[in-house]
Amino acid sequence: MKSLLRKTVLASLIGLSAPAMASVAYVSNEKDNTLSVIDTATMEVVETIEIGARPRGILLSKDYTKLYICASDDDTVQVLDLASRKIIDTLPSGEDPEQFALHPNNKHLYIANEDDAIVTVVDVSTKVVLAQIDVGIEPEGMAVSPDGKWAVNTSETTSMLHWINTETFEIDKNIVVGQRPRHVEFSEDSKIAWASAEIGGTVHIIDVDKLEQIHEMSFKVPGVNQDRVQPVGIELTSDGKYAFVALGPANHVAVVDAKTYEVLDYLLVGSRVWQLDLNKDQTQLYTTNGVSGDVSVIDIEDMKVIKSIKVGRYPWGVVIDPNS
Amino acid sequence: MLHYVFRLRFRPSLMVVTFLLAALTVLPATAADPLNVRIGYLQWKPDTGPVLSNVLPEPKDAGLRGAELAIADNSTTGKFMGHNYELTTQVTDSEQAAITEFEALQQQGVQVFVANVPASTLAAMMNKASADTLVFNAGAADDTLRTRECNSNLLHTIPSYAMLTDALNQWLQLRRWNAVFLITGPTAEDLAWADAFRRSAKRFGVKIIEDKPWTFDADLRRTAAKELPLFTQAKDYDAVVVADVRGDFGEYVPFNTWLPRPVVGTQGMSPVAWHRVVESWGAAQLQSRFQELAGRNMNSADYAAWTAVRSVGTAVTQTGQADASSIRQFIFSDRFQLAAFKGRKLNYRQWNGQLRQPIPLIHPRGLVATAPFEGFIHPRTEMDTLGFDEPESNCRING
Repeated sequence: MKSLLRKTVLASLIGLSAPAMASVAYVSNEKDNTLSVIDTATMEVVETIEIGARPRGILLSKDYTKLYICASDDDTVQVLDLASRKIIDTLPSGEDPEQFALHPNNKHLYIANEDDAIVTVVDVSTKVVLAQIDVGIEPEGMAVSPDGKWAVNTSETTSMLHWINTETFEIDKNIVVGQRPRHVEFSEDSKIAWASAEIGGTVHIIDVDKLEQIHEMSFKVPGVNQDRVQPVGIELTSDGKYAFVALGPANHVAVVDAKTYEVLDYLLVGSRVWQLDLNKDQTQLYTTNGVSGDVSVIDIEDMKVIKSIKVGRYPWGVVIDPNS
Repeated sequence: MLHYVFRLRFRPSLMVVTFLLAALTVLPATAADPLNVRIGYLQWKPDTGPVLSNVLPEPKDAGLRGAELAIADNSTTGKFMGHNYELTTQVTDSEQAAITEFEALQQQGVQVFVANVPASTLAAMMNKASADTLVFNAGAADDTLRTRECNSNLLHTIPSYAMLTDALNQWLQLRRWNAVFLITGPTAEDLAWADAFRRSAKRFGVKIIEDKPWTFDADLRRTAAKELPLFTQAKDYDAVVVADVRGDFGEYVPFNTWLPRPVVGTQGMSPVAWHRVVESWGAAQLQSRFQELAGRNMNSADYAAWTAVRSVGTAVTQTGQADASSIRQFIFSDRFQLAAFKGRKLNYRQWNGQLRQPIPLIHPRGLVATAPFEGFIHPRTEMDTLGFDEPESNCRING
């Protein structure tokens, strides 16, 4: 009786948070050449879409009508129309695109070309390549600050953050960080940038006004060999309260106080956790777990993993469409 | 579905040059005087004589191309820092020539070297090394260099035989292939590899039920089917282990054993520093960079030279110093970490200067597993379950 009551309450709660149309999460499966579409209300895969070869980075257009997909081995960026869920276009991307970031103007797409040590800037409306900027070896992470001033690229083998001025398309500053920097995430106010260094095992906090490192974080997961603590994806809540750091083969996500940089908790997820995304109301966090081939769903209020969802082989990127 | 997509390949050529120049004109703001980093690469490989399995010969530039790629990798970082890297290469046809070139380069002021030479040549070279010379051994796997013939100016990036055979024996133990048949070739390298294997087998509880030297001199391409089943006759064993470093007869052992058993060792499933089939942890990118540079696959010698030159690059990037003593000091500090596509940060053993590293176990077209394996534990790092540990080595090159 009691459990029935709880179920009813739960059902009505879910009903409240997801009214008419359910929100949708997209996951790129690197070794299946597919995109898994997850209904976040039922937490089930509702569709699997065939896309280009070795899909890795994915992102939504600012109007949430399109999904851009780095099809690394096809040397192209594909454009998926969200309404029809069909590939409607491709963009010139340079060789081996891995990660990318869209400028707030919804036009300038910054693409890291891993094999060529170049960042390519494409205007998505005209498909014109605006610039190709020489960066370090194996450019990987790409982020554009919410105020649109900076595009930051991480080069893995060079271990640098390259700060690209979005007006001149030139590098204004290089910051050396830990070994194999993978990902950069900006705070909502564009004042702080978080950069993960996979092999260094560190997260570097950069003051964007000064372009200087103000803090360096490291992680200690109980029972996990320090070698296996390899930070990759980072996600920040917009209220400035939390940062979530995916720790790769440590199979945990670190929950960090975004103001004090103190680690609050480590949550066990699937094997080799890679990228993360929050849902629209920031009540849930989705993580891609490459080796176990699934997605973990974390409840933010309870800070608990509530579900793992089987997707394709080697899930890489995840985005949740806040508009669906 | 996939193939209807229009394949658009954007090949930047002119544009890159333009932006490279633009980048260079902006950058000197950060770099005052450029720092020149000179590295000498010395290679001498004795002729191993004719081998039976000569179908796929080893590339002659193994090692060299790895050093060249690492110089290119270092230079990309260097251009943002004002550091210029230069590789001076000497591939010689005799031991004496290698030693002479080593001395000449030192006189020209080169302090940092990568040596891809046999252990005996390396020992002779180190006798001619000045106090401010640092040499990376990227060619000699001999265990004596890690246990007895220690030199404080010598580091090793190529894994020792013991590291390779420890990796293999961990796997044998893990799979419960506890009883093996060992076949050892006649060369000094084969004997050294087999010695290392025997030590590892004892260490990890693997029993060698037969230990036979290879004495045949027939051409196995004609007679393998006849000779090997008889040669490998024994009551029972879980695997056959081959010690044939130069690749003389070993390729003909698989599928020709008396009992239907797997073949491991220098052929069959092999422990290596590197192989084309390693692709995790970003290795796919290193493999494709190497393929583009050399037009062939990257092997263990290339990887050892690459890690040596990248170790120098990492130290120079972090310290801004290019002299051997600063580089050595940084390499042995706890700040040193080398990202080298094996899923862990690599560093050097304080006692003997050996680069710690995971060891892939491969067959010619696939990765089987990577040692160290879970369950083989060590108080310092699991990687120290591979090779001679501090108490087992007489070397104390850092005092």
